[in-house]
Amino acid sequence: MRRELNLEDMKHGTELVKRGFASMQKGGVIMDVTNAEQAAIAEEAGAVAVMALERVPADIRAQGGVARMSDPQMITKIIETVTIPVMAKVRIGHFVEAQVLESLGVDMIDESEVLTPADPFYHINKREFTIPFVCGATNLGEAVRRIAEGSAMIRTKGEAGTGNVIEAVRHHHLISQMTGKLEMLDEEEFETVIKTYAAPFGRLEKTAREPLWNAPTAQTEVVFNGMTLGEWEDEIRDVLLDIKKRGRLPVVNFAAGGIATPADAAMMMQMGSDGVFVGSGIFKSDDPEPRAKAIVEAVMHYDEPEVIAEVSKGLGDAMPGIEIGDIPEGQRLQKRGW
Amino acid sequence: MDPLRIGVVAIQGDVREHISALGRASESLGIPVKAVSVRRERELDGLSGIILPGGESTTISKLLVRFGLDVAIRRMVRAGTPIMGTCAGAVLLASRGDEEVEKTGTKLLELMPYAVMRNSFGRQKDSFEADLDIVGLDSPFHAVFIRAPLITDAWGDAEVLARFRDDIVMVKSENRLALSFHPELTDDTRIHAMFLNMCLNYSSQP
Repeated sequence: MRRELNLEDMKHGTELVKRGFASMQKGGVIMDVTNAEQAAIAEEAGAVAVMALERVPADIRAQGGVARMSDPQMITKIIETVTIPVMAKVRIGHFVEAQVLESLGVDMIDESEVLTPADPFYHINKREFTIPFVCGATNLGEAVRRIAEGSAMIRTKGEAGTGNVIEAVRHHHLISQMTGKLEMLDEEEFETVIKTYAAPFGRLEKTAREPLWNAPTAQTEVVFNGMTLGEWEDEIRDVLLDIKKRGRLPVVNFAAGGIATPADAAMMMQMGSDGVFVGSGIFKSDDPEPRAKAIVEAVMHYDEPEVIAEVSKGLGDAMPGIEIGDIPEGQRLQKRGW
Repeated sequence: MDPLRIGVVAIQGDVREHISALGRASESLGIPVKAVSVRRERELDGLSGIILPGGESTTISKLLVRFGLDVAIRRMVRAGTPIMGTCAGAVLLASRGDEEVEKTGTKLLELMPYAVMRNSFGRQKDSFEADLDIVGLDSPFHAVFIRAPLITDAWGDAEVLARFRDDIVMVKSENRLALSFHPELTDDTRIHAMFLNMCLNYSSQP
């Protein structure tokens, strides 16, 4: 039954292969790491993947300035150190940073609001890439737009670097609430949702001619990736119909942004998240190793309070954390992207 | 007939896809199946079959050991309960691993007579879909390989059911089935049906 290999028979970078990769991460914890040493600790603790970045969100927040893709040398070192998948972040819209990460062999790209956005009008056209992307969302509209652009995984934006889970909870609620509502909409309302969700694709078009006249972007106008607004509406319609049929997003949906304790992680899981990203929460805590392990165990046993109690014992202090109200609106990372 | 109780080990990975594939295979075979997720040792009681899903083998291995499921699963399978491992699951069923398995301290269940190599095609950008000829199926099976392992050597009573190029990607021995790809990600339920038939034979034994 052996036969000649025909490379034409192998299909890489398909939606199935991208979404399939994300599916393998389910029920797992993806940890931010800033060097090979931390990556090894994360792997040993049972992380399903690591997110390689130079500064965790808490430090980016504290230090300010423009945050960009990490040094390829650091990313390569982490790739060489661990056997689990390595993810890394690019700025919103920065497709060349994404090309660079793909060439390094990164397994998944996070187009992330934690870094300073590079394009005020567009997110990356993720369908052009062989490797999958994860993108943040604060509500269903954002999630749907990112999926339409080719994202294979969605995560809540939360408010990164705060150690405060409230924004991740908010975004999770908003996404699920609206997902449930799709069922109840009549045809006309459904069409309004499609138009509303697709409208931001016309931002550049609208902004460019704003001083001249203020008519809405025509459906026949090419707005992004060579597609007209009408064509984007069709894409959005397909994604929404798929969500309505499944009663959930068609891609894996993780919680991220402010998760600091095993109980935070388990709460997001009980609410229906498929897994969690922990950014600053681990390596900004007193004692990262046991905390990393405890969060992994709490995610596996998310609905067993006795286990969560057991793993939470004696972990030392979590990261200090920030009250969201103390962050001026303009400095909230979740406001980046659309 | 009481439904066959099949447990999908739910430490991490694509558990939901396996449960749904079991449901579809059950319909196509006309065999009633109750698919459940298993995270505690006691949930293994009374199962007619076990599935070790895809996911990250390092994570699954560490947590199997931490919560004592490895010993229980090994005991049940040696006593006759059928098991199917896909991708990460196939890594864990192996008797011998490669450097990556060694380096990460992944504890293999050593339930099947083969050696495995993790991530043998490369990184995610090298993941792919392709058609496979599989012994026992009369037309090709569309297989999804995601950071997939390969079986580099099989011995003893290992029966090779499929190869990709020259490499082994599906093996059966006794009550055990291992695949380096993901039948749970496509609509084709023939491999789950093959496994359910193994479970049915086992549970109908006196």
